[in-house]
Amino acid sequence: MRKIRTYQEVTHETGSDLLEQVVDQQRRLADRLVRVRSVVAVASGKGGVGKSAVTANLAAALASRGLAVGAADADLNGPSLARMLGVSGARLADRQSGVAPAQSPSGVRVISMELLQEEEDAPLRWREPGMGGFIWQSTIETGVLREFLGDVEWGELDVLLVDVPPGTDKIRRLLELVPDLDQMLLVTTPSETARFVVSKSVRMAREAAVETVALVSNMAGHTCSECGHVSELFTGDGANRLEEESGVPVWAVIPFDPRLGAATDSGTPLVISDPEAHSSRAICALADRVEEHVGIRTEDATEDAVEQGGS
Amino acid sequence: MKFLCLDCDDVMAFAERQIPGDGTLAAVFTCGSCGREMAMLTNPMETQLVSSMGVKIGGREVPTQPMELARTSLEGGREGAFALSEDIPLASGEPPGTSAGEAATGRVVWTAEAAGRLERVPSFVRGMVKRIYTDWAREKGVSEITPDVMDRARTELGLEGM
Repeated sequence: MRKIRTYQEVTHETGSDLLEQVVDQQRRLADRLVRVRSVVAVASGKGGVGKSAVTANLAAALASRGLAVGAADADLNGPSLARMLGVSGARLADRQSGVAPAQSPSGVRVISMELLQEEEDAPLRWREPGMGGFIWQSTIETGVLREFLGDVEWGELDVLLVDVPPGTDKIRRLLELVPDLDQMLLVTTPSETARFVVSKSVRMAREAAVETVALVSNMAGHTCSECGHVSELFTGDGANRLEEESGVPVWAVIPFDPRLGAATDSGTPLVISDPEAHSSRAICALADRVEEHVGIRTEDATEDAVEQGGS
Repeated sequence: MKFLCLDCDDVMAFAERQIPGDGTLAAVFTCGSCGREMAMLTNPMETQLVSSMGVKIGGREVPTQPMELARTSLEGGREGAFALSEDIPLASGEPPGTSAGEAATGRVVWTAEAAGRLERVPSFVRGMVKRIYTDWAREKGVSEITPDVMDRARTELGLEGM
């Protein structure tokens, strides 16, 4: 049998330019994110734990203390950030250097698939040849997420929050685009099922060597507005168990508050409309932790450079 | 993806791309040693897989536009989602500048007819299309974009439906 050279052995390029274009895409994304001090993923792996509401409120809380904050809605199929941050229907300025994000009343720069779709109730659909969607759908959605991160004129940002949809594959997709992610907040609930699912995301974040990983325990008890009695919504102690098992710290315990959902439905995060609410205070405490860790990687790199320069 | 000419043990080089418009694609590769040509034909699904990556076999004729993949691939894009950052400067009512003078300053104006044609492009991609034509005109030293200039650019750049 004759020996055919392998792909790697054939070093001469074909001129099809595909690899160069992919590299150029990565370079464009990296160039854009150079001006972002911290990229923070708000993820879970589990659905229905309140990632988007946490993202919207956290973004507003950080912006309210003067930080430059962006929020990218990576949930292309179920976008909600634009609505929650009050920018539904906003027009995006179209420039050579990039698409300007929508600006929320709370000062957050937002991009979301909702801003691109005509019909509110239309499921996400791509122009397609009518077959084989399972083969290329993930590819195109990864590409569009890359554009959300890299083609939006974010400007100088202290924090870019990325609201990651359910599924550990979506976390992996983000990590492939932004391998040096600064922080990953994993939102869970006290339930055992949530702990089970989120533990997979913890492992993925660890394996990807994300600089800072923390847990957010959401819907942790309900405080009666009449008597102040706290009742549990879920049996279990998922977040604390996960902290003990993995060593990943719980940064926030956010009580369930129907006003949180109502506020985000209205486009004004609760941290803005009622900063004294229990859940608002919990989210502000979370914002403290996130802010403490903003730019740590950058500062470390700068210190390393100074040390190397001085030695 | 590489094609190896087995007789010459030489990698074949990309030579030409054809897009017949039915979702398929033909890419021609040539052996630099023996001159043998072969065409790679892709079915619509395979063509879609490549375009889903936001790349073009054989390279791009125009620079990548911001959010190009989303704008060209999304079904049901919102009319008015994108606002042009500047108005379209019309030539009507203004003396058309000489090619040399206008092009030297990089200023390109659109005639009313050309602007009207641009208006028929869905607004979801209009800004992107406008930029492609304007950049082409600037590069060619053309100071005024007319429907004829748009046709020339479209042919030269291989733009479909723009």
